[in-house]
Amino acid sequence: MGEGAAIENDVMAAGYTEALVACPECDLVHSVPEIEDGEQGHCIRCGSLLYVRHRNSLDRSLAFAITGLFFFILANMFPLLTFELDGQSQSNRLIDGAIAFMDAGYWELGLVVFVASIVAPLMVLIVLISVLLPMRLNIAPTNVKVQIRLLTHLKPWAMSEIFILGIIVAFVKLSDFADVSVGLSLVAFVLMVAAVVMAYMTLDDSAIWRRLKELKA
Amino acid sequence: MTVLAPTAQSMNAMSCHICGLLVSTDYITAHSAHCPRCDARLHSRKPNSLNRTLALLIAAAIFYVPANIYPVLTLVSFGKATTNTIMGGVIELAQGGQWTIAVIVFVASVLVPIFKIVALLFLVLSVRMKKTRALRQRSVLYRFTEFVGRWSMIDIFMISILIALVKLQSIATVTAGPGAIAFAAVVIITMFAAMAFDPRLIWDVSREEDDRN
Repeated sequence: MGEGAAIENDVMAAGYTEALVACPECDLVHSVPEIEDGEQGHCIRCGSLLYVRHRNSLDRSLAFAITGLFFFILANMFPLLTFELDGQSQSNRLIDGAIAFMDAGYWELGLVVFVASIVAPLMVLIVLISVLLPMRLNIAPTNVKVQIRLLTHLKPWAMSEIFILGIIVAFVKLSDFADVSVGLSLVAFVLMVAAVVMAYMTLDDSAIWRRLKELKA
Repeated sequence: MTVLAPTAQSMNAMSCHICGLLVSTDYITAHSAHCPRCDARLHSRKPNSLNRTLALLIAAAIFYVPANIYPVLTLVSFGKATTNTIMGGVIELAQGGQWTIAVIVFVASVLVPIFKIVALLFLVLSVRMKKTRALRQRSVLYRFTEFVGRWSMIDIFMISILIALVKLQSIATVTAGPGAIAFAAVVIITMFAAMAFDPRLIWDVSREEDDRN
Protein backbone atom coordinates (compact mmCIF):
# COMPACT_ATOMS: atom_id res chain seq x y z
CA MET A 1 0.00 0.00 0.00
CA GLY A 2 2.69 2.51 1.11
CA GLU A 3 4.80 2.78 -2.02
CA GLY A 4 1.90 2.71 -4.42
CA ALA A 5 0.16 5.58 -2.67
CA ALA A 6 3.32 7.72 -2.62
CA ILE A 7 3.88 7.28 -6.34
CA GLU A 8 0.23 7.95 -6.95
CA ASN A 9 0.34 11.33 -5.23
CA ASP A 10 3.34 12.48 -7.30
CA VAL A 11 1.60 11.83 -10.59
CA MET A 12 -1.62 13.39 -9.40
CA ALA A 13 0.15 16.61 -8.49
CA ALA A 14 1.83 17.11 -11.87
CA GLY A 15 -0.92 15.85 -14.19
CA TYR A 16 1.64 13.87 -16.11
CA THR A 17 5.14 12.61 -15.47
CA GLU A 18 8.28 11.39 -17.22
CA ALA A 19 9.76 10.00 -14.01
CA LEU A 20 7.52 6.94 -14.22
CA VAL A 21 6.65 4.69 -17.09
CA ALA A 22 3.84 2.16 -17.37
CA CYS A 23 4.68 -1.04 -19.22
CA PRO A 24 2.96 -0.82 -22.63
CA GLU A 25 2.05 -4.50 -22.44
CA CYS A 26 0.98 -5.10 -18.83
CA ASP A 27 0.50 -1.57 -17.40
CA LEU A 28 2.85 -2.12 -14.42
CA VAL A 29 4.37 1.18 -13.33
CA HIS A 30 8.15 1.48 -13.11
CA SER A 31 10.37 4.37 -12.12
CA VAL A 32 12.80 5.41 -14.84
CA PRO A 33 16.30 5.06 -13.39
CA GLU A 34 19.50 6.55 -14.75
CA ILE A 35 20.92 3.73 -16.87
CA GLU A 36 24.19 3.49 -18.74
CA ASP A 37 24.48 3.99 -22.49
CA GLY A 38 23.79 0.77 -24.31
CA GLU A 39 21.59 -0.59 -21.52
CA GLN A 40 17.92 -1.51 -21.75
CA GLY A 41 15.14 -1.61 -19.20
CA HIS A 42 12.63 -4.45 -19.31
CA CYS A 43 9.37 -4.81 -17.44
CA ILE A 44 9.94 -6.89 -14.29
CA ARG A 45 6.54 -8.52 -14.65
CA CYS A 46 6.00 -9.35 -18.33
CA GLY A 47 9.48 -8.79 -19.75
CA SER A 48 8.63 -6.27 -22.48
CA LEU A 49 11.14 -3.60 -23.45
CA LEU A 50 10.54 -0.34 -21.58
CA TYR A 51 13.46 1.91 -22.49
CA VAL A 52 16.88 1.96 -24.13
CA ARG A 53 19.78 4.36 -23.87
CA HIS A 54 22.34 4.91 -26.59
CA ARG A 55 25.27 7.26 -26.79
CA ASN A 56 24.51 9.99 -29.33
CA SER A 57 21.26 8.19 -30.07
CA LEU A 58 19.73 10.93 -32.22
CA ASP A 59 22.89 11.63 -34.23
CA ARG A 60 23.53 7.98 -34.94
CA SER A 61 19.95 7.32 -35.90
CA LEU A 62 20.03 10.36 -38.23
CA ALA A 63 23.23 9.12 -39.87
CA PHE A 64 21.71 5.69 -40.48
CA ALA A 65 18.47 7.23 -41.81
CA ILE A 66 20.36 9.41 -44.32
CA THR A 67 22.42 6.37 -45.39
CA GLY A 68 19.18 4.42 -45.73
CA LEU A 69 17.58 7.10 -47.91
CA PHE A 70 20.64 7.17 -50.16
CA PHE A 71 20.48 3.40 -50.65
CA PHE A 72 16.71 3.53 -51.10
CA ILE A 73 17.13 5.93 -54.02
CA LEU A 74 19.79 3.67 -55.55
CA ALA A 75 17.55 0.64 -55.02
CA ASN A 76 14.90 2.29 -57.19
CA MET A 77 17.22 3.20 -60.06
CA PHE A 78 18.61 -0.15 -61.22
CA PRO A 79 17.31 -3.70 -61.82
CA LEU A 80 16.76 -5.99 -58.85
CA LEU A 81 17.01 -9.26 -60.75
CA THR A 82 17.63 -10.23 -64.36
CA PHE A 83 16.05 -13.35 -65.74
CA GLU A 84 17.40 -15.11 -68.84
CA LEU A 85 15.85 -17.99 -70.72
CA ASP A 86 16.40 -19.27 -74.23
CA GLY A 87 18.38 -16.20 -75.27
CA GLN A 88 15.79 -13.70 -74.06
CA SER A 89 16.12 -11.67 -70.91
CA GLN A 90 13.97 -9.54 -68.65
CA SER A 91 14.80 -7.36 -65.64
CA ASN A 92 12.63 -5.96 -62.90
CA ARG A 93 12.85 -2.83 -60.77
CA LEU A 94 11.59 -2.48 -57.20
CA ILE A 95 8.36 -0.80 -58.29
CA ASP A 96 7.59 -3.36 -61.04
CA GLY A 97 6.02 -5.86 -58.61
CA ALA A 98 3.31 -3.37 -57.65
CA ILE A 99 2.79 -2.35 -61.28
CA ALA A 100 2.55 -5.97 -62.44
CA PHE A 101 -0.25 -6.66 -59.93
CA MET A 102 -2.09 -3.52 -61.09
CA ASP A 103 -1.71 -4.53 -64.76
CA ALA A 104 -3.04 -8.00 -64.01
CA GLY A 105 -6.16 -6.49 -62.45
CA TYR A 106 -5.17 -7.26 -58.88
CA TRP A 107 -5.13 -3.62 -57.82
CA GLU A 108 -5.60 -4.49 -54.12
CA LEU A 109 -2.39 -6.51 -54.19
CA GLY A 110 -0.65 -3.81 -56.22
CA LEU A 111 -1.58 -1.30 -53.55
CA VAL A 112 -0.42 -3.56 -50.70
CA VAL A 113 2.94 -4.24 -52.37
CA PHE A 114 3.36 -0.55 -53.28
CA VAL A 115 2.73 0.55 -49.69
CA ALA A 116 4.80 -2.19 -48.05
CA SER A 117 7.83 -2.03 -50.33
CA ILE A 118 7.97 1.64 -51.36
CA VAL A 119 5.64 4.10 -49.62
CA ALA A 120 6.04 3.00 -46.00
CA PRO A 121 9.83 2.43 -46.06
CA LEU A 122 10.34 5.79 -47.82
CA MET A 123 8.03 7.63 -45.42
CA VAL A 124 9.78 6.10 -42.40
CA LEU A 125 13.13 7.39 -43.66
CA ILE A 126 11.75 10.83 -44.55
CA VAL A 127 10.03 11.23 -41.18
CA LEU A 128 13.15 10.14 -39.29
CA ILE A 129 15.25 12.66 -41.21
CA SER A 130 12.73 15.49 -40.98
CA VAL A 131 12.53 15.05 -37.20
CA LEU A 132 16.20 14.39 -36.47
CA LEU A 133 17.96 16.70 -38.95
CA PRO A 134 16.46 20.01 -37.69
CA MET A 135 17.21 18.96 -34.11
CA ARG A 136 20.82 18.30 -35.10
CA LEU A 137 20.88 21.88 -36.49
CA ASN A 138 19.37 23.22 -33.25
CA ILE A 139 16.01 23.96 -34.85
CA ALA A 140 12.73 22.65 -33.45
CA PRO A 141 11.19 20.45 -36.17
CA THR A 142 7.70 21.38 -37.37
CA ASN A 143 4.68 19.17 -36.71
CA VAL A 144 6.85 16.86 -34.67
CA LYS A 145 3.88 15.35 -32.79
CA VAL A 146 2.14 14.38 -36.02
CA GLN A 147 5.38 12.98 -37.41
CA ILE A 148 6.11 10.81 -34.37
CA ARG A 149 2.57 9.41 -34.45
CA LEU A 150 2.88 8.80 -38.18
CA LEU A 151 6.16 6.97 -37.63
CA THR A 152 4.58 4.66 -35.04
CA HIS A 153 1.69 3.81 -37.34
CA LEU A 154 3.91 3.32 -40.41
CA LYS A 155 6.47 1.00 -38.82
CA PRO A 156 4.57 -2.31 -39.08
CA TRP A 157 3.72 -1.68 -42.76
CA ALA A 158 7.27 -1.02 -43.90
CA MET A 159 8.24 -4.54 -44.95
CA SER A 160 11.53 -4.14 -46.80
CA GLU A 161 13.22 -6.92 -44.82
CA ILE A 162 10.40 -9.30 -45.71
CA PHE A 163 10.57 -8.18 -49.35
CA ILE A 164 14.21 -9.36 -49.39
CA LEU A 165 13.11 -12.86 -48.39
CA GLY A 166 10.48 -12.68 -51.14
CA ILE A 167 13.27 -11.88 -53.61
CA ILE A 168 15.32 -14.84 -52.35
CA VAL A 169 12.39 -17.25 -52.72
CA ALA A 170 11.65 -15.92 -56.23
CA PHE A 171 15.35 -16.28 -57.10
CA VAL A 172 15.45 -19.90 -55.94
CA LYS A 173 12.22 -20.80 -57.77
CA LEU A 174 13.48 -19.31 -61.05
CA SER A 175 17.03 -20.63 -60.91
CA ASP A 176 15.51 -24.11 -61.32
CA PHE A 177 14.80 -23.49 -64.98
CA ALA A 178 16.46 -20.22 -65.98
CA ASP A 179 19.55 -18.08 -65.45
CA VAL A 180 18.88 -15.46 -62.82
CA SER A 181 21.38 -12.77 -61.90
CA VAL A 182 21.42 -10.21 -59.13
CA GLY A 183 21.18 -6.53 -60.07
CA LEU A 184 22.82 -3.50 -58.49
CA SER A 185 19.56 -2.42 -56.88
CA LEU A 186 19.32 -5.63 -54.88
CA VAL A 187 22.65 -4.85 -53.23
CA ALA A 188 21.47 -1.30 -52.50
CA PHE A 189 18.16 -2.62 -51.17
CA VAL A 190 19.88 -4.99 -48.73
CA LEU A 191 22.14 -2.16 -47.51
CA MET A 192 19.08 0.08 -47.10
CA VAL A 193 17.39 -2.53 -44.89
CA ALA A 194 20.56 -2.82 -42.78
CA ALA A 195 20.67 0.98 -42.38
CA VAL A 196 16.98 1.16 -41.40
CA VAL A 197 17.40 -1.60 -38.82
CA MET A 198 20.36 0.30 -37.34
CA ALA A 199 18.40 3.58 -37.37
CA TYR A 200 15.63 1.91 -35.35
CA MET A 201 18.01 0.14 -33.00
CA THR A 202 19.93 3.28 -32.11
CA LEU A 203 16.84 5.46 -31.69
CA ASP A 204 15.83 6.24 -28.12
CA ASP A 205 12.35 7.79 -28.30
CA SER A 206 12.66 9.55 -24.96
CA ALA A 207 15.79 11.33 -26.22
CA ILE A 208 13.63 12.97 -28.91
CA TRP A 209 11.29 14.43 -26.30
CA ARG A 210 14.20 15.54 -24.10
CA ARG A 211 15.90 17.25 -27.05
CA LEU A 212 12.64 18.96 -28.03
CA LYS A 213 12.31 20.35 -24.54
CA GLU A 214 15.85 21.72 -24.71
CA LEU A 215 15.14 23.33 -28.07
CA LYS A 216 11.94 24.94 -26.85
CA ALA A 217 13.59 26.24 -23.67
CA MET B 1 -3.05 -10.00 2.00
CA THR B 2 -1.06 -9.59 -1.19
CA VAL B 3 0.64 -6.31 -1.96
CA LEU B 4 -0.60 -5.16 -5.32
CA ALA B 5 1.85 -3.98 -7.92
CA PRO B 6 0.89 -0.45 -8.99
CA THR B 7 -0.41 -0.24 -12.53
CA ALA B 8 -1.21 2.96 -14.40
CA GLN B 9 -4.88 2.07 -14.12
CA SER B 10 -4.70 1.47 -10.35
CA MET B 11 -3.00 4.88 -9.98
CA ASN B 12 -5.80 6.59 -11.89
CA ALA B 13 -3.46 7.28 -14.75
CA MET B 14 -2.91 5.98 -18.26
CA SER B 15 0.12 5.76 -20.47
CA CYS B 16 0.02 7.17 -23.99
CA HIS B 17 -0.14 4.34 -26.53
CA ILE B 18 2.17 6.24 -28.85
CA CYS B 19 4.83 7.96 -26.74
CA GLY B 20 4.39 6.27 -23.36
CA LEU B 21 3.90 9.42 -21.29
CA LEU B 22 2.09 8.68 -18.03
CA VAL B 23 -0.91 11.00 -17.69
CA SER B 24 -3.31 11.19 -14.73
CA THR B 25 -7.06 10.88 -15.31
CA ASP B 26 -7.48 14.18 -13.44
CA TYR B 27 -5.41 15.88 -16.11
CA ILE B 28 -7.60 14.34 -18.79
CA THR B 29 -10.79 15.52 -17.10
CA ALA B 30 -9.35 19.01 -16.64
CA HIS B 31 -7.70 19.42 -20.04
CA SER B 32 -8.34 16.99 -22.87
CA ALA B 33 -8.21 13.32 -23.75
CA HIS B 34 -5.10 13.94 -25.84
CA CYS B 35 -1.52 13.30 -24.79
CA PRO B 36 0.20 16.53 -23.68
CA ARG B 37 3.46 15.32 -25.23
CA CYS B 38 2.52 13.79 -28.60
CA ASP B 39 -1.17 14.72 -29.00
CA ALA B 40 -2.34 11.11 -29.52
CA ARG B 41 -5.76 10.22 -28.18
CA LEU B 42 -5.40 8.72 -24.71
CA HIS B 43 -7.12 5.60 -23.49
CA SER B 44 -6.38 3.30 -20.62
CA ARG B 45 -7.05 0.16 -22.68
CA LYS B 46 -7.53 -0.21 -26.41
CA PRO B 47 -11.26 0.48 -26.95
CA ASN B 48 -13.44 -2.62 -27.36
CA SER B 49 -10.31 -4.71 -27.75
CA LEU B 50 -11.68 -8.24 -27.31
CA ASN B 51 -14.67 -7.83 -29.63
CA ARG B 52 -12.64 -6.13 -32.34
CA THR B 53 -9.93 -8.79 -32.16
CA LEU B 54 -12.50 -11.57 -32.29
CA ALA B 55 -14.34 -10.02 -35.26
CA LEU B 56 -11.09 -9.65 -37.20
CA LEU B 57 -10.11 -13.24 -36.36
CA ILE B 58 -13.40 -14.55 -37.73
CA ALA B 59 -12.86 -12.55 -40.92
CA ALA B 60 -9.31 -13.90 -41.23
CA ALA B 61 -10.48 -17.48 -40.69
CA ILE B 62 -13.04 -17.07 -43.49
CA PHE B 63 -10.40 -15.77 -45.92
CA TYR B 64 -8.05 -18.57 -44.85
CA VAL B 65 -10.16 -21.10 -46.81
CA PRO B 66 -10.00 -19.50 -50.30
CA ALA B 67 -6.39 -18.50 -49.57
CA ASN B 68 -5.48 -22.16 -49.44
CA ILE B 69 -7.89 -23.59 -52.01
CA TYR B 70 -7.42 -21.19 -54.92
CA PRO B 71 -4.19 -21.00 -56.90
CA VAL B 72 -1.83 -18.13 -56.12
CA LEU B 73 0.22 -18.34 -59.29
CA THR B 74 0.42 -20.04 -62.68
CA LEU B 75 3.64 -20.59 -64.56
CA VAL B 76 3.46 -21.22 -68.29
CA SER B 77 6.80 -22.40 -69.63
CA PHE B 78 7.23 -23.69 -73.19
CA GLY B 79 3.49 -24.31 -73.42
CA LYS B 80 3.35 -26.30 -70.18
CA ALA B 81 1.27 -24.73 -67.40
CA THR B 82 1.84 -25.35 -63.69
CA THR B 83 -0.66 -23.91 -61.23
CA ASN B 84 0.26 -23.64 -57.57
CA THR B 85 -1.66 -23.07 -54.39
CA ILE B 86 0.24 -21.80 -51.35
CA MET B 87 0.92 -25.35 -50.17
CA GLY B 88 1.63 -26.49 -53.75
CA GLY B 89 4.43 -23.92 -53.95
CA VAL B 90 6.00 -25.34 -50.80
CA ILE B 91 5.78 -28.93 -52.10
CA GLU B 92 7.33 -27.90 -55.40
CA LEU B 93 10.28 -26.28 -53.61
CA ALA B 94 10.76 -29.38 -51.47
CA GLN B 95 10.60 -31.68 -54.51
CA GLY B 96 13.20 -29.51 -56.20
CA GLY B 97 15.50 -30.20 -53.24
CA GLN B 98 15.33 -26.61 -51.96
CA TRP B 99 14.70 -27.67 -48.39
CA THR B 100 15.76 -24.52 -46.56
CA ILE B 101 13.57 -22.28 -48.69
CA ALA B 102 10.73 -24.80 -48.59
CA VAL B 103 10.82 -24.76 -44.78
CA ILE B 104 10.95 -20.94 -44.64
CA VAL B 105 7.94 -20.62 -46.97
CA PHE B 106 6.05 -23.39 -45.15
CA VAL B 107 6.55 -21.68 -41.80
CA ALA B 108 5.80 -18.16 -43.06
CA SER B 109 2.84 -18.99 -45.32
CA VAL B 110 1.21 -22.03 -43.79
CA LEU B 111 2.13 -22.25 -40.10
CA VAL B 112 2.26 -18.56 -39.14
CA PRO B 113 -1.23 -17.54 -40.35
CA ILE B 114 -2.97 -20.46 -38.65
CA PHE B 115 -0.77 -20.07 -35.55
CA LYS B 116 -1.72 -16.38 -35.34
CA ILE B 117 -5.43 -17.09 -35.57
CA VAL B 118 -5.27 -19.85 -32.95
CA ALA B 119 -2.95 -17.92 -30.59
CA LEU B 120 -5.01 -14.72 -30.67
CA LEU B 121 -8.22 -16.69 -30.27
CA PHE B 122 -6.69 -18.41 -27.22
CA LEU B 123 -5.62 -15.02 -25.80
CA VAL B 124 -9.07 -13.47 -26.31
CA LEU B 125 -10.86 -16.46 -24.79
CA SER B 126 -8.47 -16.81 -21.85
CA VAL B 127 -9.03 -13.14 -20.96
CA ARG B 128 -12.75 -13.50 -21.40
CA MET B 129 -12.82 -16.54 -19.13
CA LYS B 130 -10.72 -14.60 -16.61
CA LYS B 131 -7.90 -17.12 -16.49
CA THR B 132 -5.16 -16.14 -14.04
CA ARG B 133 -2.55 -18.75 -14.92
CA ALA B 134 0.51 -18.38 -17.14
CA LEU B 135 0.19 -14.59 -17.33
CA ARG B 136 3.78 -13.97 -18.33
CA GLN B 137 3.75 -16.84 -20.82
CA ARG B 138 0.66 -15.35 -22.44
CA SER B 139 2.39 -11.94 -22.64
CA VAL B 140 5.31 -13.60 -24.41
CA LEU B 141 2.90 -15.46 -26.71
CA TYR B 142 1.30 -12.14 -27.66
CA ARG B 143 4.65 -10.48 -28.33
CA PHE B 144 5.74 -13.40 -30.47
CA THR B 145 2.45 -13.42 -32.41
CA GLU B 146 2.70 -9.72 -33.11
CA PHE B 147 6.31 -10.08 -34.24
CA VAL B 148 5.91 -13.02 -36.65
CA GLY B 149 2.71 -11.90 -38.37
CA ARG B 150 4.25 -9.63 -40.98
CA TRP B 151 6.57 -12.35 -42.25
CA SER B 152 3.73 -14.17 -43.99
CA MET B 153 3.94 -11.50 -46.70
CA ILE B 154 6.95 -13.32 -48.20
CA ASP B 155 4.73 -15.21 -50.65
CA ILE B 156 2.92 -12.07 -51.83
CA PHE B 157 6.24 -10.32 -52.53
CA MET B 158 7.59 -13.45 -54.22
CA ILE B 159 4.55 -13.54 -56.53
CA SER B 160 4.87 -9.81 -57.31
CA ILE B 161 8.49 -10.34 -58.32
CA LEU B 162 7.75 -13.40 -60.45
CA ILE B 163 4.90 -11.78 -62.40
CA ALA B 164 7.01 -8.67 -63.03
CA LEU B 165 10.07 -10.62 -64.07
CA VAL B 166 8.80 -13.66 -65.94
CA LYS B 167 6.96 -12.31 -68.95
CA LEU B 168 8.72 -13.66 -71.99
CA GLN B 169 5.61 -14.14 -74.12
CA SER B 170 6.13 -17.46 -75.89
CA ILE B 171 8.81 -18.89 -73.61
CA ALA B 172 7.67 -18.32 -70.03
CA THR B 173 5.09 -16.24 -68.19
CA VAL B 174 3.88 -16.16 -64.61
CA THR B 175 0.41 -14.89 -63.69
CA ALA B 176 -1.10 -14.35 -60.25
CA GLY B 177 -4.13 -16.31 -59.07
CA PRO B 178 -7.15 -15.25 -56.99
CA GLY B 179 -5.83 -17.14 -53.95
CA ALA B 180 -3.20 -14.43 -53.58
CA ILE B 181 -5.83 -11.78 -52.74
CA ALA B 182 -7.40 -14.00 -50.06
CA PHE B 183 -3.96 -14.85 -48.69
CA ALA B 184 -2.91 -11.18 -48.45
CA ALA B 185 -6.25 -10.49 -46.76
CA VAL B 186 -5.51 -13.15 -44.11
CA VAL B 187 -2.08 -11.64 -43.40
CA ILE B 188 -3.33 -8.05 -43.19
CA ILE B 189 -6.48 -8.83 -41.21
CA THR B 190 -4.51 -10.88 -38.66
CA MET B 191 -2.03 -7.99 -38.35
CA PHE B 192 -4.96 -5.71 -37.50
CA ALA B 193 -6.28 -8.36 -35.10
CA ALA B 194 -2.94 -8.46 -33.25
CA MET B 195 -2.93 -4.65 -33.09
CA ALA B 196 -6.51 -4.61 -31.77
CA PHE B 197 -5.72 -6.97 -28.90
CA ASP B 198 -4.62 -5.21 -25.72
CA PRO B 199 -2.12 -7.40 -23.81
CA ARG B 200 -2.78 -5.36 -20.64
CA LEU B 201 -6.11 -7.17 -20.38
CA ILE B 202 -4.23 -10.42 -19.62
CA TRP B 203 -2.91 -8.84 -16.42
CA ASP B 204 -6.06 -6.91 -15.51
CA VAL B 205 -7.73 -10.22 -14.70
CA SER B 206 -5.16 -11.01 -11.99
CA ARG B 207 -5.91 -7.68 -10.33
CA GLU B 208 -9.66 -8.25 -10.41
CA GLU B 209 -9.10 -11.66 -8.81
CA ASP B 210 -6.92 -10.11 -6.09
CA ASP B 211 -9.50 -7.43 -5.41
CA ARG B 212 -12.12 -10.07 -4.82
CA ASN B 213 -9.99 -11.94 -2.25
